[in-house]
Formats: sequence, structure tokens, C-alpha cells
Amino acid sequence: MSESIQLVPVSITVNGKLYQQEIEPRLLLVEFIRETIGLTGTHIGCDTSYCGACTIIVDGDPVKSCTLLAVQVDGSEVLTVEGLEQDGELHPLQQAFSQNHGLQCGYCTPGMLMSSLALLAENPDPDIKDIRKRLAGNVCRCTGYQNIIKSVQAAAKNLRED
Amino acid sequence: MYPAPFRYYRPDSIENAIQLLSELGEGAKPLAGGQSLIPVLKLRMDEPTDLIDIGRLPGLRHINNENEIIRIGALATHAHIGKAGVISHIPIVTDCANGIADAQVRSRGTIGGSISTADPSCDWPALLHTLDAEVICNGPNGKRTINIRDFILDSYTTALGDAELVTEISFKTPQKLSGGSYIVFKKAAPAYPTVSAGIQITLAEEDICKDVRLVLSAAGPRPVTSDEAEAVLRGNKLTNDNLEKAAEAIIAASDPTPDSRGSASFKRSMLHSLFIKAANIAISRARGNNIIGAHEYV
Ligand SMILES: Cc1cc2nc3c(=O)[nH]c(=O)nc-3n(C[C@H](O)[C@H](O)[C@H](O)COP(=O)(O)OP(=O)(O)OC[C@H]3O[C@@H](n4cnc5c(N)ncnc54)[C@H](O)[C@@H]3O)c2cc1C
Ligand code: FES
Ligand code: FES
Repeated sequence: MSESIQLVPVSITVNGKLYQQEIEPRLLLVEFIRETIGLTGTHIGCDTSYCGACTIIVDGDPVKSCTLLAVQVDGSEVLTVEGLEQDGELHPLQQAFSQNHGLQCGYCTPGMLMSSLALLAENPDPDIKDIRKRLAGNVCRCTGYQNIIKSVQAAAKNLRED
Repeated sequence: MYPAPFRYYRPDSIENAIQLLSELGEGAKPLAGGQSLIPVLKLRMDEPTDLIDIGRLPGLRHINNENEIIRIGALATHAHIGKAGVISHIPIVTDCANGIADAQVRSRGTIGGSISTADPSCDWPALLHTLDAEVICNGPNGKRTINIRDFILDSYTTALGDAELVTEISFKTPQKLSGGSYIVFKKAAPAYPTVSAGIQITLAEEDICKDVRLVLSAAGPRPVTSDEAEAVLRGNKLTNDNLEKAAEAIIAASDPTPDSRGSASFKRSMLHSLFIKAANIAISRARGNNIIGAHEYV
């Protein structure tokens, strides 16, 4: 390792806003989001690539932001849970989670929402099996999965009817 | 958890990546999707001095069918492979791609990264044995092609030389009357497989096996194959008795490690039931049936 710390310039668009920063290459994407730009809606659950609490969308794909370096998404478009609400109105997924008791403590919820968003973008009418399969990388320790699945189904229905 | 500091490079061509890797020497490592490497760096089980980000190199993401040869770029992700139309008629490949980890890991993890890691519980190294795949590599001494059997040498050990990269994986499209199946048993989607079994079988007629490839994964330091088990089936009738004999022969060649996922005897009995299940699905698919094979969770 050389003596000086390398800083790398990155341009990352998060929820439509461009952030240009010089960062250490070892900075994890989740730390960039939470610490560098201060969007703390994305949670760190396990920090070992398992729980999915840190799930965000990068260029349309769901990813675990604890398992990516921020430098890897230089030039990309990132969507976090803060980007779901539009003009003060909750996204249909957020409304459905709230109305169907899709969360209890809320710790896993940002990840659940982002994984569900990716699922509905690909499949607007998922059955229970599709939802279970796509949320298999998101762990919830308290709500139980039944109401989470119900919430995703309710949101899917609302989005289809819009 | 933070990785130890390293220097970061993002070369714009394969040639430049190889040159950088050669110049920087032993401490330098390629970074593809990061889904094996970043967890290792965070745990500081490895502290490379330099990371060469090959994740965006052009020309390594393709999934093509060229005259019945399937060519998959090293940077094709598990998700892309699982959804690719050109291989949807080779169900053993989609079984594998769509069953790896969870949607988030599949978005980033690549087939090239998977075989370069040679993790004994990872799926691609084993799966590619059932298709007699070739691994195309490019390094300081130019290009070479290595059969997957000679590429995966041992646990976490491949035939890759210094500064050499995997660029492509290729295999022949299975013939008519050929079917395959790959089934993994694991405790949860983001958990690594406990054990897995794969089989690609070609029928001569309804009940006779013309050719077959068998593999077990997470069942030893490298994917387990057995010429003896294949010989039990090749040229013979596909009776339950013969499937049992083949299962016995290949499981005898396995050496599963007892760990938190299960004891060696538990793993052997799981391997047995996965093997029989995969064999029956493969035979049914070879007969032209459309069977959705799935990974098994506890
Ligand atoms: C939570 C979780 C669950 C998982 N579950 C499974 C599972 O069920 N089944 C499974 O098979 N895998 C599983 N994996 C591993 C996953 O498939 C990885 O994506 C894959 O093993 C590595 O690919 P990558 O592109 O991310 O490689 P990286 O992590 O970027 O690299 C891995 C290693 O390969 C080297 N490398 C990468 N690309 C090349 C190349 N083209 N040429 C030469 N060297 C290269 C790197 O230097 C590094 O040493 C899981 C991973 C996680 C995080
Ligand atoms: S915090 Fe990223 S997967 Fe748990
Ligand atoms: S709502 Fe508490 S962990 Fe899911």
C-alpha cells in the first residue's frame, strides 16, 4: 500500500440529484448514502450481505448497498427509499405497507420496499410464490412475512388500476 | 466493516486491465461484481494492495448462440443469464442462474467471478461440468481455452495464471432428446448451498441413455464427477435400479465437509435425494416435458 490515501472523484445521481464527491475507494455504497450524503433511510442490518435491509436500486436493479463499493456505481442512477415519495405523497407501496400492517419496527422496511419495487417493475401482477421468491433476500425479524406479502399484493393491485 | 485501504483502477480495455495486473503484481486483484470479493475484504480475510475494476469492461456481457455454441461473457450476471432468451431452452442453465443467492446478489454477481473464485459450494463451477464447458482466458501470454475440468483445480484454486482473466465461457447447445436439471438444497436464499446435484442426459430412445454428465457440488473440495457413475447409465435402460447404482457410485466419490450446514452423513443423504430428483426431472425434460425445477429450502 502506498503512503498517501487515494481519493477518487465520483458522480452519483441519488433520487434524481447529482452528487459529486471525492471518496476513498474502500467506502461502501451504503456508507456513501448514509454518511457522505446523509440519507439514513437505507438501513444496515447485518453488514454481511445477508439481510437485505440495505437494498437500493442501481440503474434499475436491486442490489445490497453493503456489498458494493461506492466507486463501482460512479456515473449510475441510484434510487433509495427517500426517492419513493413524490410531492409529499407516499408511493403506493408505502401506502400499502402502512394500510396492511406490512411493518412493525420498520427496520427491514426500506429494503422490503426497494425489493418490492424492483419486482413490480418486472412483474406487475405477481402471485404469492413470485413475491416470496423475490423477497427471499430480505429478512424481517418482527412483522412476519404474511402481511408483507399482502402489502405487496395490495400495492400491485393499486398500481395496475392507476 | 471497512475493507483495508487499497488503490483503485478502472481500465477501459481488457488489454489495459491485464497490463495493470502484470505491473502491479501479486497484491493486485480484479474486481467484477464484488459479490464474493467485497464480503471477503470487509472481513479482512484478504487485503489486496490494488483493485482493478473490470466490472464495466466492454465486450464481456454477451450471451449468444453462434452456430449452436453458446457463448457467455465473463461479466454476464446471474440475473442476465437467468432471463436470457437464447438459453431459455437449456433449463439446467436457468435452474442454476435463477437459484443463486437472491435477486440482489444475482443483479451484480457474474459467471466469470463465480468460476474464478472456485468456492466449493458455488454453483457455476459444478454446473458447467454437466455441459463440458470451455473457459476462455486472456493474459500476458495471450488467449487460451481451458476445459472446466482442468480449470477448477481445488477449493478456491483455478488454473488462472498471474494477471490472467476469464473472458468467456462456451458450451455446445445440448442436442435433441437431451435434458438437464440442477437442484440446490440450502437453508435460505442468501445462504450458500448445503449441497447440490446436476445431471444432463441425452436419450437414444425413450428409456435408453445415450450419454450423460453427472456432478455434485458442495460435496468436496472441487465439483465431484464420476466416470464410473456415468458408465452405469450410458447405453443402458434408465431404470430406478440403475439410477440408484449411479447415485451410489457418485456419492462414493464425494467427500462433503461437516460444518454448520450439516454433518457429512446428512449431506450424503441430501445428495442422494437431490440426485434422484434431478435425474427424474432431467429424464422428463429430455422426453420433451416442460418441468419447472426449483431449488429447495428448509
Ligand atoms: C449473500 C450471498 C449469497 C450467495 N449465494 C450463492 C449461491 O447460492 N450460489 C452461488 O453459486 N454463489 C453464491 N454467492 C456468490 C456469488 O455467486 C458471487 O457473485 C460470485 O461467486 C462472484 O462473482 P462476482 O462477479 O461478484 O466476483 P467478485 O466478487 O468481483 O470476484 C471474485 C473473485 O474472482 C476474481 N475475478 C472476478 N472476475 C474475474 C475474471 N473475469 N477473471 C479472473 N478473475 C476474476 C476476483 O479477483 C475475486 O478474487 C453468494 C454471494 C452472496 C453475497
Ligand atoms: S446490511 Fe446489507 S445485506 Fe444486511
Ligand atoms: S418490521 Fe421489524 S424487522 Fe421487519
